[in-house]
Parts: sequence; C-alpha cells; structure tokens
Amino acid sequence: MTLLTTISILFVGGIGAWCLGRIDARLPRWGALLAILIDIVYFGQQCVPVLQLSVNAMPPGLYGNSWFFSYTTDWIPQFGIHLALGVDGLSLALNLLTLFLGLVALSSAWDEIVERSGFFYFNLLWTLAGVVGIFSSLDLFLFFFFWEIMLIPMYFIISLWGHENRVHAALKFFIFTQVSGLLMLFAIIALVYFNKMQTGSYTFDYFTLLSQQLSEENRLPEKSALWIMAGFFLAFTVKLPAVPFHTWLPDAHTQAPTAGSVILAGLLLKTGAYGLIRFVVPLFPTAAHTFAPVAMTMGVISILYGAKLAYAQQDLKRLIAYTSISHMGFILLGVFAASALALQGAILQMLAHGISSAALFAIAGSLQHRLHTRNIDNMGGLSATIPRTAALGIFFSIAALGMPGLGNFIGETLVLFGAFAINPLLTILAALGLILSPIYALKIIQRVFHGEPSAFLKNGHKIHDFSSREMVSMALLVIAIIALGVKPQPVINLVNPALTYVLNPQSIFISQIGH
Amino acid sequence: MHIDLEQLIAVLPIISLTTFSVIVMLCAAFYRRHALIAGLTFFGIVFSLACVYLQSGSSAVAVTSLLMIDRFSCFFTALILVTTAVITLFCYTYFKAREGLQEELYILLLTATVGAVVLVSSAHFASFFLGLEILSVSLFAMVAYPVTSLTHSDHSASTPLEAGIKYLILSGISSAMLALGMAFIFAATSTMDIVAIGKSLSVVNHGYYVIAGVAMMISGIGFKLSLVPFHMWTPDVYQGAPAPVTAFLATISKSAMLALVLRGFILLEGFRYDAIVWGVSIIAIASMLGGNLLALKQNNIKRLLAYSSISHSGYILVAFLSVMSAVSDTAHPDQIAMEAVTYYIVTYVLTTLTAFGVISVLSSANLNLKETRDIDHFDDFQGLYWRRPVVASVFTLALLSSAGIPLTIGFIGKFYIFAAGVSSALWTLLAVLIVGSGIGLFYYLRLILALFKTDSAEDSVQKAIYAVSANDTIALPLGSRWLITALGGLILLLGIYPTPLIAVIRGMVQSLYP
Repeated sequence: MTLLTTISILFVGGIGAWCLGRIDARLPRWGALLAILIDIVYFGQQCVPVLQLSVNAMPPGLYGNSWFFSYTTDWIPQFGIHLALGVDGLSLALNLLTLFLGLVALSSAWDEIVERSGFFYFNLLWTLAGVVGIFSSLDLFLFFFFWEIMLIPMYFIISLWGHENRVHAALKFFIFTQVSGLLMLFAIIALVYFNKMQTGSYTFDYFTLLSQQLSEENRLPEKSALWIMAGFFLAFTVKLPAVPFHTWLPDAHTQAPTAGSVILAGLLLKTGAYGLIRFVVPLFPTAAHTFAPVAMTMGVISILYGAKLAYAQQDLKRLIAYTSISHMGFILLGVFAASALALQGAILQMLAHGISSAALFAIAGSLQHRLHTRNIDNMGGLSATIPRTAALGIFFSIAALGMPGLGNFIGETLVLFGAFAINPLLTILAALGLILSPIYALKIIQRVFHGEPSAFLKNGHKIHDFSSREMVSMALLVIAIIALGVKPQPVINLVNPALTYVLNPQSIFISQIGH
Repeated sequence: MHIDLEQLIAVLPIISLTTFSVIVMLCAAFYRRHALIAGLTFFGIVFSLACVYLQSGSSAVAVTSLLMIDRFSCFFTALILVTTAVITLFCYTYFKAREGLQEELYILLLTATVGAVVLVSSAHFASFFLGLEILSVSLFAMVAYPVTSLTHSDHSASTPLEAGIKYLILSGISSAMLALGMAFIFAATSTMDIVAIGKSLSVVNHGYYVIAGVAMMISGIGFKLSLVPFHMWTPDVYQGAPAPVTAFLATISKSAMLALVLRGFILLEGFRYDAIVWGVSIIAIASMLGGNLLALKQNNIKRLLAYSSISHSGYILVAFLSVMSAVSDTAHPDQIAMEAVTYYIVTYVLTTLTAFGVISVLSSANLNLKETRDIDHFDDFQGLYWRRPVVASVFTLALLSSAGIPLTIGFIGKFYIFAAGVSSALWTLLAVLIVGSGIGLFYYLRLILALFKTDSAEDSVQKAIYAVSANDTIALPLGSRWLITALGGLILLLGIYPTPLIAVIRGMVQSLYP
C-alpha cells in the first residue's frame, strides 16, 4: 500500500492544486509544495530503515529478496493484469530522486509560472506521479500505463508554458515518445501472447514473464526475442535519448519552462535508462547480449556526438540539453556492458546526472527569466553582477565535466572501468568524452559567468541574484551531488541487490518471492 | 408461419420501438409540443431497453428465418438504444434553441433506430437489406432536417439539404451495389439465409460469382462504414447535418453495420478467400492512413472528426481481419479478436457520441446569436477551457480517447486491437496502425492545445469573425452539462476499470460458441 499511497498523494495533490487555482492563482504552488512534502515525509519514513541499513551493508529485502515493498491486487483479471507495485533498491533510489527533484522543479516554477498556475501544478504533480509509477510498476501493462500517463501532462507543460517555439517542440516530444511507446506496447503484447501460447493464460506480471524467459524450454526463440527486445529498446532509447533518436530532446528542453526542463532532464530521461535496466537486460538476456555491441556503439556515438554538438551551441539551454545526450551515452554503455561495475556506474550516473542537469537547467532557466535571453553571446561577466548564481553555475558545470569528488565522476569512471573488460575499443573511445566535456563546461564558465559583460547586459537594468528560496533548493542539490561523489558506497549498497538479479535473474527466484 | 410467445418477447424491443414511432407520429399530428414529443421518444427508447433486458437472460431465439435474437443482438440493441436515448436528449437541447417544426425529427429518430435494431438482429439478407433501408431512408430526412433560427427565419437551411442529397444519392448507389452483391451470392448458393450461405460456401467452391458478390457487398458496406475509398461523402455529410444527427450517423449507423458484419463473419464460418482478405487489408491500410492524413488539415471540427472516424473504421478492420483468421482456425478458436471488435465498437460509440455531444451542446447555447450554424469551427474552440471548463475537459477526454491515450476507454480499445492483431500475427497492419496513430496525434493534440490556449493578439482577428467565441458565456443548460460530464466520466471509468465491460463482452462472445 505504501507505493499506492505515495502515487495517489501526487495524483490527488494535482487535482487539489487545480481546484485551488480557481480560488487564487497563488494558492496552487502551496498546495503542490504541501503534496510533495507530505509524499517525501510519508515515503521517506517508510524508507528510513532500509536507508539506515544501506549505510554500512546491503540491506536485505523484506521478503528475503531484493524487494522492499510490494503491493498486488487484480486490475483486469481477464488479461491477467495486476495493479502490482514494488520497489527494490534501484526503484527506491530513483523514487527518492523523483520526489527530491519535484521539489526543485517546484522551486523553479514558484515565481516563473503566473498564468494558469492551477493547471500547471496539476500537470507537474501528475508527471511526478507518472514517473513514480514507472519506477514502481511490476506489471508490464501498468508500466506502460504510467509511461503514457506521464506524457500528457508533460506535453501540456511544454506547449502551454514554454517559450517561443513551444508548440512544435511539444508535438515533436509527444510524437517521438508516443510512437516508440506504441512499439513497446506491441512488444509487450507479443511477449505476453507468446507466454500465453506456452502456458495457456494471459499474464502481464513481471516475475511470471521473467521466470518464463529463464526456463530453457519456455523462453522465446532467439529471433523473436531479438524483435521483441527491439520494441522495448527503441522506446527506451528514444526516451534516454541515444543518437539517432535524440532530435526531440534539444527542442523540448529548450522550449520547456524551467520546471519542465528540470523534470525532463532529471527524471524523464532516467525512465528510459530504468527501462533498459529493469526490462531489456533481464527479460532478454541472450538477445541483449547479442545486441550489446550495437547498443554500446550507440552509447559511444551519443557521448561523442552529444559533446561535440554541445560545444557548437549558442543557446545555453540547448547546450545543456546536448550535454545530457552525451552523459546518457555513458548509461547506455554501462547497461549493455552488463558487468556489475558498469551497472553500478550507470546507476550512479543516473542519479548524479539527474541532480546536476536539474541544477544546470534550473540555473539556465533562472537566467532566462532574468535576462530574457538564452543566447550565450548576450551573457558574460555575470559573476560580477549575480555572484551567487554564477558560483552555483560554475560549481555544476564542473560537476558536469566530471570533477573527482562530485557524483558524475564516480558514475562515469565506474562505467568506463566496468566496460573496459567487455569492450576495450569502445571504452577507449568513450573515454574521449571525458576530454570533450571539459571543453563545453569551460565554455559555459568562460562565456557566461566570466569575461566582459556583453553589450546586451550593459543596458543597465538590474538583475536579481538568487533569492533565498532558490538558494535553499540549490543548496540541497549541492549537498546531494557532493555526498554522491564523496561517499557513493551507501547508494551502491542500496542498489546492489537489484543489480545482482539484473545480471543473474535466476537469483531472484532462489528465495521465494513473498507476494 | 407461426410465432409463439417466446419469439414475441424476443422481438418486443422492435415492436415497442415501432409502436412508439406511431404513437409519437399521432401525438405530433394532434398536439405539437416539443418537450412532450421528446419526452415520449425518450420514454419509448427506455421502455424498449427494458424489453431488451427481459430477453437478455434467455437463450438464442430465431424469429422466422429473418431475425436471430441472442445475446449478441441484445448487446448491440442495448448499445444502440442507450446511445439513441442520449442522442434524444442532445436533440432536445439542440432543437429547442431553434425554430421550426422539430417534432418530426423524433419520428425519424425512432424509425432509424428500428432499422438499426433490425440490422443487428438480422440473420438473412432480406432483413439485412430491410433494416439497412429503414435506417438509411430515415437518415436522408434527418440529415437534411431544416434548421432555422429562432429570431432570423431568412437563414437558408441549404447546408443540411446539400448534405442530405449527397447522402441520398451515394447511399442509394451503395444500396444498389449491396443488393446486386446479394443477388450474385444468391445466384451461386440459391439461399439468402446467412447460416445456409456459410454452409454452402464451406462445402462447394462457387468461384467468381461469390467473390464478385462479396466484393460488391464490401463496397456497399464500406460506404456505410465510410472506409477509404468509399469515404468521400463522410466529411461533407458530417459537416452539413445538424450536430445531433451527425452524432447518430457516426455512432448508430456505423455500429449497427459493424455488428452485422461481425455476425456475418461468425455465421459464415470458414468464409475465407485470399482475394477478399487482401482486399479488406488494403482497405484497412488505406482507411487508417487516408483518414488520419486527411484529418491533418481540417479546420472544421466536424470534418476533422469525420476523417478521424474513417481512420477508426480502419482500426476496427484490423480486428476484423484478425477475426477472419481466428474463425478459420477452428483448432483453437481465439475469441479475443471478436472481443476486440466489440470492445472497440463500444469505445468508438462512446467517444464519438461524447465528441459530437459536446458540439451539439455548445451549438444549442448560441440561441441569442441570431444564427443557426453549429459551433464546429476550429476557432470556436480556441481557449474553450477558460470559458467552459467542464465541457472542454470532457472534450479533451474524448479526443484523448480517440487518440488512444491511457486513462481513457480508447486506450483499452487500442490495446484490445493490438492484442487481437498480435494473436493473428498481422504485423504489417499493426505497423500501419502505429504509423496511423502517430499521424493522428498531430491533429488531436493541435485541437486539445487550442482548447487550453489563452487568447493572444494573433487570434483577435479570428475572434472578430467568429464572434461566438467571445460571446458564448451563456450558461449551458444544467441537464446537458450533467449529461456531458457523465459521458466523460464513463470514458474515464471504462479506461481505468474496464473489467466489468470486458466480462460482459466475453460472456456475450462465448455464448456464440456453443
């Protein structure tokens, strides 16, 4: 029930915020804050025992396996569809990240969204609910359900509160995700139907389908497995995104309002990575292995191409968007390298990138809000006028370039260590990304925060520095990214049991599942 | 010919509908009161629905060789009657706001419903044709029903008339094709009973006679279902007819025909010619792509919905093709395809009814605007949410449901079609379905976005032309607001918890396979 309540609070909070908006435009943000805080407290206090354990050791799951909470009830019994929710270490970490970044997004939206605020916060909370649902679903139908639910509010956020070219960007985002999502639905149904042919009954249950794929005689034939896996893979790599499916991302990020960019970069991209880890690798071990070189190559291309394009951008938000593509390449590389080390790295990268890109977008968004431009040529010398913003901007640019001691460094290095044993050539190429990222990161630092103020800025109007609200939200992000960089072991402890079974799904069935 | 009590009860819904259409006619002749006539019609439909309920529990009854009353026909009769009841309510608010002699519309509404009910119960070419003609002839007059303003009577009622004539001519041709097709099949099998035809076809290969006959019947049926390339009339007629009539045309006329075709597939067991399967596949692909592509550039919402309904017919055909391969595969009769068709029909009817219901409710609010046109232009919907939040939200739900987005019934319907397609390995068709849905998103999202847009400077020119947008702050009748909300609620409910409906449909489908 824990998870169901966690998700429901966000859904209900969204409707509540909408209703509050009809009374007064300033109320919805308080409603949204309240909903997210209640959710953090509620979900957080349930997680405390697990988190305490994971500081020093791997926490055992409540059922003697890696799952901490789970909840199952019938939904559409005719198709064997259950309302099955559960979290293991991986989901738990990502759910906490979701709620945390929800707070950050709320802080970015606080003063920026003045029009139709009730509907905005409704969309914000429903997106968060969809993301939490994705990270917690143990039924493929339910997973798809949440996968789609998250889309519509995000579409509204971009297309109604976005910038000059918002309609086009939102449409592109929606169509890319929806069409690839339908391919995934196709793949899910094919998988389920195959299982039905074997066993005579429909089920969308994750564990049943997983155990089916593990037994020698019942698993999919090699060729069908490859096709079905391709359906999942496509949906997840569009969301991730990996080159060549990345073209929606720069547009969507650039055009979205700040809170939208924060959620997109921090959370929505992670749902793709999560899908790869949770579904593609365990469900299709052989096919994923066969396909790994292709996927890893895509990852490396994303790293290099994303970094190169990032450097070429004049638009600050667009630049950060391309760096996201580059960083997500590491995740693709790590997931398909399929060694424990690389997977740990991929997950740390997910969390670290979630935090650092959210922070960078929050900063870029606040700059746009203050300067009314995203063009880097129009900036410069900001550290003199707005020192707090500039300091934070520099800090997170450095985090993004992979400075040791900050989260991103751990993620990228672990991925490279892990992948080297599997595919040295691709890993060497990927390591070039570590050279390219300082180039664009330093470009941000030099051109935006240092140097001479541009003619655009000299026209004299006063720019406000970060307010105390923004400083609090930034401080939280700073603490999080330093903690990840200095002491990543608790997180590794937390997610490790989950990774063990990703690499060796058999282990999940050794200790009987409790639900 | 002898008809016993059991059979009489079985056809009670048809008898009651016929009786009520006579009562309504007599009543209208002597005492013209719009509210009374509408109420009487509504009562007649609800009464007939009660008759269906009486019958629904019992086993299949063949009433002469013409009609077959079983759970299948009861299900679709109930669907038709419920839909008609809702449409009656829409008609009432819509025509109340307009001048003229509105009472006759309800007679036509009842007779058209009789035709539809006969259609879904028919087991014989004769009753098929009769039902279709009763339905079509009533629709000719309904489509062309004159709509005049309360204040300005000089407005021409030309658009409905044009639409009516278009529908009359094309429908006449399609009926002729259908009749000729039937004649061919009759010539080959020397029977008009659908079960007997099925038997005859499975025993003897009749060759080209049957293929030619079926091809002609498909074109006749394709017209009613507005499949590409028989779709030309659809946008014009949908646009021209008064909104509630369009709702009737899009829901009842289509679903009754779909139900009949579905029954035909079941009864004509083993009915399978490669040429036909190919033909139907091509029609399905053309409808899915054509409907969606043509909808992209529409600025009239009724036209847009017309093209969208063409593409939905294409989606249903995918499930039909799956029924085809499932029926022929007698080793394990997979009923999922049949369920998929039925579920999608319900989905389509509910979604379309809601969408056209919104248009007709909005159009009934412009009574003091001295014009009778329907609120169906794209600009009428700009920023509708900020003026009429409830109606706009429900309209959004209907559009999302058309697009097959979760939380709405449309998603479950699409899921069902996917499941059916996968079970019959119709990969190409499913790929086209995905592409079609992708294209569909463009216009659905464009419209949804328009609903939520705030007014900006660039719209103000349009606003001047469509003064209605600014002016429609008149409160909608409470009843129709509730009705719209209820329909929206149903879309959500069946999208989130479809279990009961699936159970009903599964029970109905299973009863067809003894």
